[in-house]
Amino acid sequence: MIADIFCFIAKLLSGLTIRWSGCKPDDKQRVYFANHTSHMDFVMIWAALPKEIRKKTQPIAAKDYWGCGRFRKYIANKIIHAVLIKRNQIVCRHSENPINIMCEALDKGSSLIIFPEGTRNTHETIKNFQSGLYHLCKRRKDIEYIPVYLENLSRILPKGEFLPIPILGSVTFGAPLTINNNELKADFLN
Amino acid sequence: MNIVFDKTTVFLLVGIIGLLTISSIIGFVHKKIAKQEKQLQFANNLIARIKSWWIMCFIFICSLLTGGIGSLILFGLISFLALREFITLTPTNRGDHRALFWVFFIILPLQYYFVGIKWYGMFSIFIPVYAFIFIPARMVISGNYERFLERAAKIQWGLMVCVYCISHAPALLTLNIPNFAGQNAKLLFFLIFVVQISDVFQYVFGKIIGKTKVSPSISPNKTVAGLIGGILMAVTLGTSLWWITPFSPIQAMGFSFVITIVGFFGDLTMSAIKRDRGIKDYGTIIEGHGGILDRMDSLCLATPVFFHLVRYYFTY
Repeated sequence: MIADIFCFIAKLLSGLTIRWSGCKPDDKQRVYFANHTSHMDFVMIWAALPKEIRKKTQPIAAKDYWGCGRFRKYIANKIIHAVLIKRNQIVCRHSENPINIMCEALDKGSSLIIFPEGTRNTHETIKNFQSGLYHLCKRRKDIEYIPVYLENLSRILPKGEFLPIPILGSVTFGAPLTINNNELKADFLN
Repeated sequence: MNIVFDKTTVFLLVGIIGLLTISSIIGFVHKKIAKQEKQLQFANNLIARIKSWWIMCFIFICSLLTGGIGSLILFGLISFLALREFITLTPTNRGDHRALFWVFFIILPLQYYFVGIKWYGMFSIFIPVYAFIFIPARMVISGNYERFLERAAKIQWGLMVCVYCISHAPALLTLNIPNFAGQNAKLLFFLIFVVQISDVFQYVFGKIIGKTKVSPSISPNKTVAGLIGGILMAVTLGTSLWWITPFSPIQAMGFSFVITIVGFFGDLTMSAIKRDRGIKDYGTIIEGHGGILDRMDSLCLATPVFFHLVRYYFTY
């Protein structure tokens, strides 16, 4: 309910243009990966997805950010049902390894949204992706990996600001990516 | 801003509905007789445009029927959407964020508030003076000086065109014209009708006749013959509407001429900005036409000119 209101406001505010250029909306299990510039990003992708698909799509979020403070915790757990992972440290314990956590969520039937740049980017070009996406692809090959390009959202709500301005934004869904068995990590991430 | 209903209002309503019906029929006939793919495409675009005209006329007339407040809200909304299209296309940087928040949520509503309370002394200088000083001041606080003049100028320009100029349309309803009390809505109707009909006929004549382009680099669809035909039609129709205005026929002709010429340059100016940014339309909100700014471009510049001329010559 609150999530629907969130999505509605976000759509209204950004006059969101949604383009499905490489695939069609489908309730197949998918991993959407996108460039990351703003807190709006996840909400926008969510808002761009049809309601039925939205329900089973969870974002991957950073535990060190969204797990801190009551308000953020509430949003992450109750409203957007985020899957929280730890960044910036190599976790060896099986239960806390980010890849394992993501695989678990996939095995439960959820689709995922990830931002492989790792954090909100403040530059105009897209940063190099972290390797988690590669490892995830290696482990779960039967899932569609959909690239998503978000435009202008950093201007609506830049990092470090809390009041959004109503600039027109767009979400573009690209064609699903596939991974070759012996593709190298570096090649894939490019 | 009370509005009086009389025979002329009813005539105008019937006239508009008649005009739209005729154009719809023309659109459908075109589609029926279209043979090639290109003709069909043209007919479909024409039908989409006319459909949008129906919607726009309906909204505009409804807003006029509410008295002043409806038009105020309508044009406020148009300003908001237009400014949003403008700023989206104008590269701004992170240092402008707070200033833009002020522009959208405080300066814009205030401008329309001043129009609403008929405070001429304020709404006519609020953006050229106070906003002009405030915006760079707010941007300076953010500490980012990269391309400073360019950024400040672009925001100010967007405000002038999308908010200041458009706000003069509802401001027409606040003028006190002798022997014309309660009928100002017809003046607003006159302005919008003449400007838009000139656009329509420039488009139509441009398609039918003429080879020489007015400005091939900026607006490749406009031909000299189309321009002259459009202006002649708009001036003729404008003159024939003298009876809904406080003007004599000669004056109505003069006003029609002035607003079509200014409107034409408004159109070209806004097109030049689009060309520079490498796009064809400002948005996709109006089917067949593009964005709000694509439809408002000629009206933007013509409105304040018309307002001030009428105010100077016809009010007491």
